[in-house]
Amino acid sequence: MRNTKLVSLEEAIRRSGLKDGMTISFHHHFRGGDKVVNMVVDKLAEMGFKDLKLAASSLSDVHAPLIEHIKSGVITGISTSGLRGELADAISHGLMAEPVVFRSHGGRGSAIANGELKIDVAFLGASSSDELGNATGHGSKSICGSLGYALPDARYAKHVVVLTDELVDYPNMPQSISAADVESVVVVESVGDSSKISSGAIRDSKNPRDILLAKQAAKVIINSGYFKDGFSIQTGTGGASLAAVKYIREEMISRGIKASFALGGITAHMVKLHEEGLIGKLIDVQSFDKVAAESIAKDPLHQEVSAVEYASGQHLGSATHALDIVILSALEVDTQFNVNVLVGSDGIIRGAIGGHQDTAADSALSIIVCPLLRGRIPCVVPKVTTLITPGKSVDVVVTEYGIAVNPARPEIAELLKEAGLNIVDIKDLAAKAKSIIGTPDPLPFGDKVVGIVMNRDGSVLDKIYNVNEL
Amino acid sequence: MALKEAIAGTLESGDIMVTIGPGKGLQVNLQSSVAAQFGRQIKAVITETLEGLGIQDAQVDAIDKGALDCTIRARVTAAAVRATGKDVWKD
Amino acid sequence: MMFVPGNNPGMMADAHIYGPDSIMLDLEDSVTMAEKDAARLLVHNALKSIDYGGTEMVVRINPLNTPYGKKDVEAVVKAGVDVIRMPKTETADEVRELEAEILKVETEIGRVGETKIMAAIESALGIVNAFEIATASKRMMGIALGAEDYSANLKTNRTPGGAELLLARETIVVAARAAGIACFDTVYSNLDDMETFRKEVELIKTLGFDGKSIINPRQIEVVNSVFTPTEKEINKARAVVAAIKEAQAKGSGVIAVNGKMVDRPVVLRAERTIALAIAAGVISEEEAL
Repeated sequence: MRNTKLVSLEEAIRRSGLKDGMTISFHHHFRGGDKVVNMVVDKLAEMGFKDLKLAASSLSDVHAPLIEHIKSGVITGISTSGLRGELADAISHGLMAEPVVFRSHGGRGSAIANGELKIDVAFLGASSSDELGNATGHGSKSICGSLGYALPDARYAKHVVVLTDELVDYPNMPQSISAADVESVVVVESVGDSSKISSGAIRDSKNPRDILLAKQAAKVIINSGYFKDGFSIQTGTGGASLAAVKYIREEMISRGIKASFALGGITAHMVKLHEEGLIGKLIDVQSFDKVAAESIAKDPLHQEVSAVEYASGQHLGSATHALDIVILSALEVDTQFNVNVLVGSDGIIRGAIGGHQDTAADSALSIIVCPLLRGRIPCVVPKVTTLITPGKSVDVVVTEYGIAVNPARPEIAELLKEAGLNIVDIKDLAAKAKSIIGTPDPLPFGDKVVGIVMNRDGSVLDKIYNVNEL
Repeated sequence: MALKEAIAGTLESGDIMVTIGPGKGLQVNLQSSVAAQFGRQIKAVITETLEGLGIQDAQVDAIDKGALDCTIRARVTAAAVRATGKDVWKD
Repeated sequence: MMFVPGNNPGMMADAHIYGPDSIMLDLEDSVTMAEKDAARLLVHNALKSIDYGGTEMVVRINPLNTPYGKKDVEAVVKAGVDVIRMPKTETADEVRELEAEILKVETEIGRVGETKIMAAIESALGIVNAFEIATASKRMMGIALGAEDYSANLKTNRTPGGAELLLARETIVVAARAAGIACFDTVYSNLDDMETFRKEVELIKTLGFDGKSIINPRQIEVVNSVFTPTEKEINKARAVVAAIKEAQAKGSGVIAVNGKMVDRPVVLRAERTIALAIAAGVISEEEAL
């Protein structure tokens, strides 16, 4: 091939025109197995770059090496959906001068599409690519399925570098990332640890509390008025969420109800229902396990979407606008139904916004499933530590001590009461939690802003302050 | 009251492991996953429980895994009973 | 009745959220000798502090002839337990001995007569003495089968069909009915075999048991679904109860449903069906009227 884009990583960086102060971007489809972020930033540090802004779709435990690059001034800004592990801990304790900007997946997609988040160079890992940059989430070394979170970067970044550990013959079809958007292709030893990218079979939770919560969530859905032929649904990957799918499935079969589509992070559970004919189509921004990743490659009714098409609040065509029901988790819910999924009860960042804001806001029925207590940590509280999803977009909260319905949705409360469910006031849930564990002392927050939580429309929702050691 | 070192409780979730040994005054060293929000209360429960048992001098090391107050009371009492050899129930 | 190990604070904290009729905190077989003292304190403090809602709280104590039994009684009576479950009960004298211990502690705290007794029968001798045990104390609220020890005592093993337990089960039901108290069946330990568990629950319901002992919240749904009367049964029972009222209103001794006379056993069974339906939450007390 004459017009090859194949170069070394260093050459790709030189060609990209990257300069100090610019923004680089990454996706998180390799999850806890990702090797791309660390590899690229190590190289940038070695080449002497400073003051770079890192725009990731999300970051996790595996990105702890960034701490050194932040200390040495290579990375001076971060935007992401979430942070976990040592990096999150260090940032919560005030590692960075500039606060981290947190956006939902849909919010990030919108911000990239409308130019609010400008990406100079996108470094996008792929499980396979040809030498022109037609790239996918399928390869013989690793498989992540959908590359949905990388697609806005591929389309809107000024310069796109694809990194892959499996170079295949042209043309790599069907492709997720199109060669038309790609400037350089870099072949590397490994883009990720495949064992941490996608796991295998379905494992049903045996945790009795998860099962209890799942059954209650399923009953809420079944009796909500939205459970009818042609409905659409999105669920998370928590034990209770996955178990709920099992009970919903049984009810779909017994009532002869079929869903039109399932959205979001797609799991093996959803693929199973789809293959049984219970769900018409799967709209997949992220394949959560190997079964989902394999399904998207072979099944024309299982489609990849970009983060923009998935959940942008500013694009009417986004899929969340057509979504009926979503089941979500929470670290905390407060008596105004506000939800926190980002900051732990100790004030340390330990989560991700994900599609929480987006799906809660756009869906017809949003259900939060969380235990009242995790050990001695309360999940229903008078006021959330950090506001992530505003209460006005949250309809129902399911706990093991009862189900609370947002007073803005009295018709749903009525339906659930008629079905014999234990409907309680959310203030009573908070009071119950307090009666069991006592009143927590205020967190030792400092006065330095370490994080800014954006709403999906680009406005600021909340600020996260640094945590002082006790 | 003479104390020998004694332990009660486990490191399971929802439990607290309490080690009591000889000391001067009540010294409580607490390690907890919920220290920021509940550390003060947990220490207070430990101290009150020991005082209730008439123990004024002891070194206490506690590793908390999110135990409720009733569990903390039970574990501190069990460790104290083992350390003093004096039970709270009749023989 | 859900068994919860007495030395596991995590499980004790929220066992009631799964909705068992009663919770049995265990100080006996699930607690090692070295932890008897700690478990006793844990159960004592949990009973005093945790709001278990309306759930009946039972504690299985160690036998009185061990160094732990009497302290167990003191600890749980002082914490206000509803029922003490006495393990390995073989004679009426043992029940009376426990009753005396309970009374001693109750007198000390000024709470006389509040603590009930449940006797677990776990040996051939216990089965032979079942009726005497069931009638040994006014505090006796029920008797239960402990099948592991019992089958070992018979020199046999437990089988999925439960043929080895048949006489014991029937004896316990008959003794309980004769004494006018409740009876509970033994546990089923294989959590992965819900089918055999369901068959066992169906069997013991047919034999006449009031309930089943369980070891995991996942088993509750099966027990409830077997013991909850069907809509058809409830409607039939309601018709009978309505007929009773009608007969009473007329001052007539003859009860008739759809023109047919109804015997007393049918009336009793109808009342039991309604009671079970209320207990299972299928109908409310007002609806039953």
